[in-house]
Amino acid sequence: MRSDGSQSAPLGLKIAAACGLLFLHLPILLIFVYAFTTEEKSFVWPPPGLTTQWFAVTWNRPDVWQALSLSVRVAAISTAIALILGTLCAAAVSRTKFFGRETISLLVILPIALPGIITGIALRSAFSLADIPFSFWTIVLGHATFCVVVVYNNAVARFRRTSGSMIEASMDLGADGFQTFRHVVLPNIATALLAGGMLAFALSFDEVIVTTFTAGQQQTVPIWMLEELIRPRQRPVTNVVAMVVVLVTLLPILFAYYLTRDGDQIAGSGK
Amino acid sequence: MTSAVYFQKVSRHFGSVRAVDAVDLDIVPGEFFAMLGPSGSGKTTCLRLIAGFEQPTSGSISIFGERAEGVPPYRRNVNTVFQDYALFPHLNVLDNVAYGLMVKGVGKAERQKAAEEALSLVRLPGYGARRPGQLSGGQRQRVALARALVNQPKVLLLDEPLGALDLKLRENMQEELKSLQKALGITFVFVTHDQGEALSMADRVAVFNDGKIMQIGTPEDIYQRPKTRFVADFVGSSNVLPPDFVQRYSGQHRWGSLRPESIRIGRAAKGDGVAARLVGTNYLGATTKLALDADGLRLHAIVPAGTKLPAEGEAVMLTFNREHLHLMDELA
Repeated sequence: MRSDGSQSAPLGLKIAAACGLLFLHLPILLIFVYAFTTEEKSFVWPPPGLTTQWFAVTWNRPDVWQALSLSVRVAAISTAIALILGTLCAAAVSRTKFFGRETISLLVILPIALPGIITGIALRSAFSLADIPFSFWTIVLGHATFCVVVVYNNAVARFRRTSGSMIEASMDLGADGFQTFRHVVLPNIATALLAGGMLAFALSFDEVIVTTFTAGQQQTVPIWMLEELIRPRQRPVTNVVAMVVVLVTLLPILFAYYLTRDGDQIAGSGK
Repeated sequence: MTSAVYFQKVSRHFGSVRAVDAVDLDIVPGEFFAMLGPSGSGKTTCLRLIAGFEQPTSGSISIFGERAEGVPPYRRNVNTVFQDYALFPHLNVLDNVAYGLMVKGVGKAERQKAAEEALSLVRLPGYGARRPGQLSGGQRQRVALARALVNQPKVLLLDEPLGALDLKLRENMQEELKSLQKALGITFVFVTHDQGEALSMADRVAVFNDGKIMQIGTPEDIYQRPKTRFVADFVGSSNVLPPDFVQRYSGQHRWGSLRPESIRIGRAAKGDGVAARLVGTNYLGATTKLALDADGLRLHAIVPAGTKLPAEGEAVMLTFNREHLHLMDELA
């Protein structure tokens, strides 16, 4: 049997794969290690000593809290906007046929295909042209442009999988538009929306490029980290924050992956 | 008596396509009515017009005396069994069946009791806790039926409900639907492209083609006395005979039809009949279908299995009882 995986790969291939994985993930491990180092000015290997004092230091730094709170609020509101707009757009594109449907579909996806720097410059010049001062809301708008895409993509895929006659069946059985949405449409797209929403949240949370162009004086977590690397003081604080960012972004992405992977079972059998 | 469903010159156009074209229809309360036709003939659009998923381009529809134009599906006392069943995958069977009552605000205990009863009616008692994904095709179909019937509709619409079932299950369901309809006394409107299904189940059949109704009548009417060449050919693949041929046997210059089972095969040059040549045989189990060539005219005959047949290519003499030759409305 060739497909049962019992046949071993050649040693050279194994080593190459291991090297590749190490190259990808060793630097991340280093970040975690440096969060415990006793040397605060520069990163030296091996760390002269290990300490957990930086967690306390980080906890007591108000600028960390400000950046974290701003990032969470921006990500939450951008995600909320994306959920509403992305779902509506996906429903329109997958449920009806109209002139320019493909174009709309392409235009919605475009922001994620465009380099962030283009989106950033475009938004910045648009904001100054319209005399809109940079604020919390300009960051939210910038993030919403690409958050909509992930929600839209997830929702469109799910809409395509749900049978259109289900909505008709619901209406046939006496449910009006709102009841149909609440009892039939929403339960069927819920996991897709949750997955899309979490991806959007994670994307927004660590976004740098668009944020630099659309933020005023505020610092989101990634921007704060960039600034922090320049100052040779309490460097491991950055690493502690980096660990938090990894957790905040990685966990939702993993969860979203499992949700969409098991989407069929969740919608179909769910024992 | 008020009609269950009444169509007056109803048309439904999609752009330049006349899906339904000036159809008149009068379905009697309590009847099992079949709409038969090839795909694209407008039968499903007619069903959707009754359900309220489509609105007529012109004409008027009434359901039990009430005008139906502009009334949305959720305000019609009509329920549908969909071709793909359209069960809600996120709800269990009991909640699927109780859905109609739930959105109407019926209390939980009461609607679950009604749903259980509906499930017993379709012979699926105790299946309430399962998910649609765990059921077989036949079981899903019964759930879809229960989900519609629990609302006590005045008219039950069935859109090719047996299309996805295998032959044996299909025959069982045909009988079951028929007896269910008799027991409940609800008007059933049934869409199918299977003429056997329409003939065996319905009280009356409407044959659709190109958005128009070709003929409405009892199954016997439709089968024995087709009005047009299309009906003769579509319902039971009758032999359609050109006017010149018909004139020789009936004296009238009209299109005629002759059922394949009405043709008898005899030895060549014996008695008077139609001289023909056997060009092919098709074994069908209980019967054998013969392809015949009568001087350029292609005919089919069905004879019981075991009939002694001449070899292919041999000349034969065809005879038939002249009463079986049916004259159609079309003159030429």
